[in-house]
Amino acid sequence: MTEHRPASFYWLALLFGLFVLFLYGPMITIVLLSFQGPEGGLTFPMNGVSTYWFGKLWREGLPNVDIWAAFNRSIKLGLAVMVVTVVLSLLAGLAYRKRFKGSNTLFYIVVASLIMPSIVVSLGIGLEFRIIDDLIKGYAPEALTDGFETAMGLFTSGIGAHLTWTLPFGLLIMFAIFNRFDKRYEEAARDLGATPWQTFRHVVLPIVGPSIVGIGLFGFTLSWDEIARSSQAIGYLNTLPLELQGQTTTVTTPVIYALGTLTTAVSVLVITSSLAAIAVLRLRQARRIAMTGG
Amino acid sequence: MAATQDSPLEQGPLAWLQALPLALIFGVFFVVPLVLTVIVSVWNYDEYQIIPDITSRNYVEAFEGCLSQLPALCTTLKTYATTLRISITVWAITLVLGFAVAYFLAFHVRSQTMQMALFLVCTIPFWTSNVIRMISWIPLLGRNGLVNQTLEGAGLIGSPIEWLLFSEFSVILAFVHLYTLFMIVPIFNSMMRIDRALIEAAYDAGASGWQTLWNIIVPLTKPGIVIGSIFVITIVMGDFITIGVMGGQQIASAGKLINTHMGALQFPPAAAHAVILLATVLVIIWGLTRILDIRKEL
Repeated sequence: MTEHRPASFYWLALLFGLFVLFLYGPMITIVLLSFQGPEGGLTFPMNGVSTYWFGKLWREGLPNVDIWAAFNRSIKLGLAVMVVTVVLSLLAGLAYRKRFKGSNTLFYIVVASLIMPSIVVSLGIGLEFRIIDDLIKGYAPEALTDGFETAMGLFTSGIGAHLTWTLPFGLLIMFAIFNRFDKRYEEAARDLGATPWQTFRHVVLPIVGPSIVGIGLFGFTLSWDEIARSSQAIGYLNTLPLELQGQTTTVTTPVIYALGTLTTAVSVLVITSSLAAIAVLRLRQARRIAMTGG
Repeated sequence: MAATQDSPLEQGPLAWLQALPLALIFGVFFVVPLVLTVIVSVWNYDEYQIIPDITSRNYVEAFEGCLSQLPALCTTLKTYATTLRISITVWAITLVLGFAVAYFLAFHVRSQTMQMALFLVCTIPFWTSNVIRMISWIPLLGRNGLVNQTLEGAGLIGSPIEWLLFSEFSVILAFVHLYTLFMIVPIFNSMMRIDRALIEAAYDAGASGWQTLWNIIVPLTKPGIVIGSIFVITIVMGDFITIGVMGGQQIASAGKLINTHMGALQFPPAAAHAVILLATVLVIIWGLTRILDIRKEL
């Protein structure tokens, strides 16, 4: 019935199991503890089960910070980063199927951004905007700079910092997609008289669609959780993870776990809906191929 | 029309235009900031502003006392020693663990669906918040945490173990927790490309399991190992968040040095420390590719 497995299989299977437990165990702990009863503390035992801390989070937020404003900012920024990451990765992915001047240099820059310590990137962007501010204050006409504080912000320096982190992932995924892409589909479309736009819209895009959803997933979730590159480049208004990081030592009630469970729920929601979208797109594709093929 | 659009002459400018937005983003938010960092690292400053006068002050101050205090280490060197020690420990653990997990997925899991499902199980936490994943250790490792409660309950310890949380131990644990995936993915990717016939051939030629592992699989997995190692080491070397949160803000690191100067709005010394960090990381990357290349040549 069953094949003979070497002993190493069982040891490695055990190790893998323990690794998964190690990955998920702590997360499960804080999800459990966020349903702590009103009298409960930061650690076990559970003092009853309730949604008290979620209610408290909803009504009062966290002490000292406007957590819901940060929540909204993070969602907006995440969506913006997602859209830009998808569009620019797709465009660049198409560009890299051909040859263009400076393509190697650009590729090395993108990869360098991926392995550059985030604090260095963040500092650089912070510095750049500091200099821009000084230039504006020093040289721009008074009428324009009245009340001007800084050019830094969520959708200037902040989005830039996030893109240096999400775009390398997007581009590498595009490479993986187009490496496996069968060019004969395009040739067939062209032979049938499709314009380049029609070929792209009706042949290339449907085929790479599922993977594009994957790039969107990376774009949103990486931005949603980003701290290191944002830290010096976000301006006055912080994103949710930055606020959360500041609160790790000051909040001493399970309300922080409730917030943790909530942000994880957002991530999980995005992951599952992306994976579902990918599965649906794949299925539709397979069905269409089966129909035309049969 | 289709034919003219796709002639090689027409492809050049179109491809260039398609790559332009990406190039602009990396120009404005990556290349220029790095150049500025290097420039500002040799600029002067006072309490209020950056002064564009070239000076070696920031570097001199960064290494102040490093020679005169020898053999005792100055602050900067001490900080780098700590950061390096943590990096190397995390690297060794994630490498062994990541390799073992990738090996299991690539060679022991036979159905492709199962392979992908288990791979996904490993990657999902990567898409959730790092801060949350760090905080989630607190109820386990804290003074009254689950580990201490269990050990005390079992009568193994008299009083709670203090070094479980806000210590170098918890920092390393959190790094392994967060970044083993960066080892698994490239190593798994390399392993999946290994021609299974090679392993069959080694087996037929009488190689033992270990011999096959060491002489066939490890050398062929080298690109993945190098990529994973570069990822893990650069992340840990530049980190200030994990070391901050999990070290209870008590452990100094190279990234934290920069962060502290930035917090005080001292841009030029922050930039100088960034350049020093960058140089260190580049040397490590260079060394890593060297070491791993030499093996190939033997």
